[in-house]
Amino acid sequence: MPHTKSSRFARELRQSVLLTPSLLLLVVFFIVPIILTVYYSFTNLALTGANAKNFHFVGLYNYQTIFSDPKMWQSIKATLIFLFGSLAGQSILGFFIAYFMKKKNRVFRSVVGPCILAGWVMPEIVVALCCFAFYDTMGTANAFLSLFHIAPIPWLYKHPMLTVVLANIWHGTAFSMLTYQSALDNVSEDIEEAALVDGASRRQTLVKIILPCIKETIATNTMLNTLQTLGVFSLIWAMTGGGPGTATMTMPIYMYNQGLKNYQLGQGTAIGMILLLIGALCSIIYMYLLKPEKA
Amino acid sequence: MKKLLLLVVASIFAMGQTFAQGTQEQTPQKPTITVCYRDAGLGEQETMYKWIKSAYDKWDKKDQVNLDIAPITASEGDYFTKIALQLADSKTCPDLVDEDTFQLPNDVEAGYLSNLDDLVKTYDDWQNGKYYGTMKQVVTYKGSVYGIPYCTDTRGLWYDRQILQDAGVIKAGEEWQPASWADVFSACEKVKANRPDVVPFWCNVGVATGEATSMQTYEMLLYGTGERLLDQNGKWIVSSKGMRDTLQFLQDVYVNKGYGPSLDLVLNGQAANTAFRQYFPAHKLAIALDGCWKCGNWKATGPAPVADYEHIFGFAKMPTQTGNNGGSITLSGGNAFSIPENADQKQWAFEFLKQLMDPEGGYLDSIIAQGNICTRTDILDVPQYANQPYFRLATKLLETAAFRPQNDQYPSVSTCIQTMVESVVSGTSIQDAIDQYGKDVTRIVGASNVVSLT
Repeated sequence: MPHTKSSRFARELRQSVLLTPSLLLLVVFFIVPIILTVYYSFTNLALTGANAKNFHFVGLYNYQTIFSDPKMWQSIKATLIFLFGSLAGQSILGFFIAYFMKKKNRVFRSVVGPCILAGWVMPEIVVALCCFAFYDTMGTANAFLSLFHIAPIPWLYKHPMLTVVLANIWHGTAFSMLTYQSALDNVSEDIEEAALVDGASRRQTLVKIILPCIKETIATNTMLNTLQTLGVFSLIWAMTGGGPGTATMTMPIYMYNQGLKNYQLGQGTAIGMILLLIGALCSIIYMYLLKPEKA
Repeated sequence: MKKLLLLVVASIFAMGQTFAQGTQEQTPQKPTITVCYRDAGLGEQETMYKWIKSAYDKWDKKDQVNLDIAPITASEGDYFTKIALQLADSKTCPDLVDEDTFQLPNDVEAGYLSNLDDLVKTYDDWQNGKYYGTMKQVVTYKGSVYGIPYCTDTRGLWYDRQILQDAGVIKAGEEWQPASWADVFSACEKVKANRPDVVPFWCNVGVATGEATSMQTYEMLLYGTGERLLDQNGKWIVSSKGMRDTLQFLQDVYVNKGYGPSLDLVLNGQAANTAFRQYFPAHKLAIALDGCWKCGNWKATGPAPVADYEHIFGFAKMPTQTGNNGGSITLSGGNAFSIPENADQKQWAFEFLKQLMDPEGGYLDSIIAQGNICTRTDILDVPQYANQPYFRLATKLLETAAFRPQNDQYPSVSTCIQTMVESVVSGTSIQDAIDQYGKDVTRIVGASNVVSLT
């Protein structure tokens, strides 16, 4: 007995030692910053001015002022529109592209696939630049419309939310397409054939057979997209700067404005905390939705 | 496990030590001074770059010191954020930083800037009256000097002579000088009627244009109503008739009367460049409210040279709202070079700063190229400087110029002004915008430091 005990101990020791580097990295780059963020969100820390040097604990003051600020509610509204617009667009487009590509030949797939992937593999800031060039008043979209004698539309100023949502859909659709592609590949063709033999129409097969089969993938994909979309900053920042006015000021933009542009770091971190909570809440909801399937 | 953990930690520290030693060993041999300023996107064509480079090339001590020109390429609003982040950390901190003087109180309070009192004691030009007293005041905070001012400025109305003639506002050879805001609007109306192909009026109204929106536009108008940002007791005014009139002016220009450019042109960081480097040279813009230095764009050394520009464009005083209070208004600001508290080459940085400010070291050429007003008394009479177009009026305006509040809360309040102005020109009602401004400012300065005038 003592022998096995000590060897087990040795094994555990070895394992813990091997885990140390990743644990250290996690602590230094993740845990500590989060704890600091929580702490700073209760202080009046500023980027410059007297409060940069001598900041102190202010309790819930930051949270009170944020929730009494109409801009907070505007930014929550903007975040939700941006989130659900992007989710709907990315998931529906991604699914149908994957669905229609499923039984096509390899040449077709290898041409269409990379075209959609192109938007995904590009860094966010490059996507922003491309979309800015496309939707700018002097940009490609208006040049194209002018072929049909349609007067140029200042997209980024007249329809700012629409343009950033479209840009994010373009950027993110490939991810949904890939997840749905692998999920659809796993749906056995036998079931589909059986349904066809039983006289089900193509739409009935889709709704009654295929969708229930990939339910879990839909939930996972939606969760990942939600977390990804909640954090989008540079795309919106580079395209509209959160404007005009507050039209596209999502929570990350609001956080940046309060924390870094208005120099009120304490308030910025408080908004960051709220964003963190919203993200956590969404994950819990999705995880809860996922669980019964597994049981 | 503890031993191994210790080993890992120790080796990480050891690595850190070697890196630190590596950098420390290099510095004593030949120090490097890092100079930071805002690059608006022109790179080596930037006036600041040319100035710093030529000053270094002419410097008799350049063999002893390396120079690292490290500009921040950013819009005006983002520059201050990035500067604050750089100054706060000793690893990224430059040795000389170009500061808009309104940021000085803020950055001093944060402990970011070095007190230069001891250094200026040994600086003969500073002691012998080679700098204007008013400019020395601008860089002095709580009795100590925190920067060497290199330029100052005034603001007014730029206009295209030909367009105003075509519109019937002035006759050939006449100078335009509106007496009130109503005069400015009537000129815009005539331009709109007679030259529908041009933009009648342009002023900065975006968040992206940062301080230019606060100072060149909002404060030029607000001060013209006779009001200020703070009342006599030093409280921030968050609601007043002057504010409503100011925002009404901007709403009229951009929303109600359509005198302004479309918002996509004016709500981005490049707005002022679009106006002065594209629209004015192409004769597509009639009047613009902006700084006196903007003519630097049209000089042969500038980014958008216009031959004979002094006869093509005019510069007028900005009238007060009704022509009262002296008839015209201007605000004056300026920039200074400061040495950050975290700089590691303070002594050399100050030596180089003296070289930068030496008229022979490139200062004279640079101030002319910038289109700014100098801070030194000893180059006033240099013909090359004194005979510049517009220069007489711009300098004359300085005599009655108003300043921004020297208050460490001003930079934060200024960002609230920009948000308020942008929201009004994008369609928010004036009252809603003022309410939001009141909330924002109260949050920053505290409820006991704001005041509402009817």
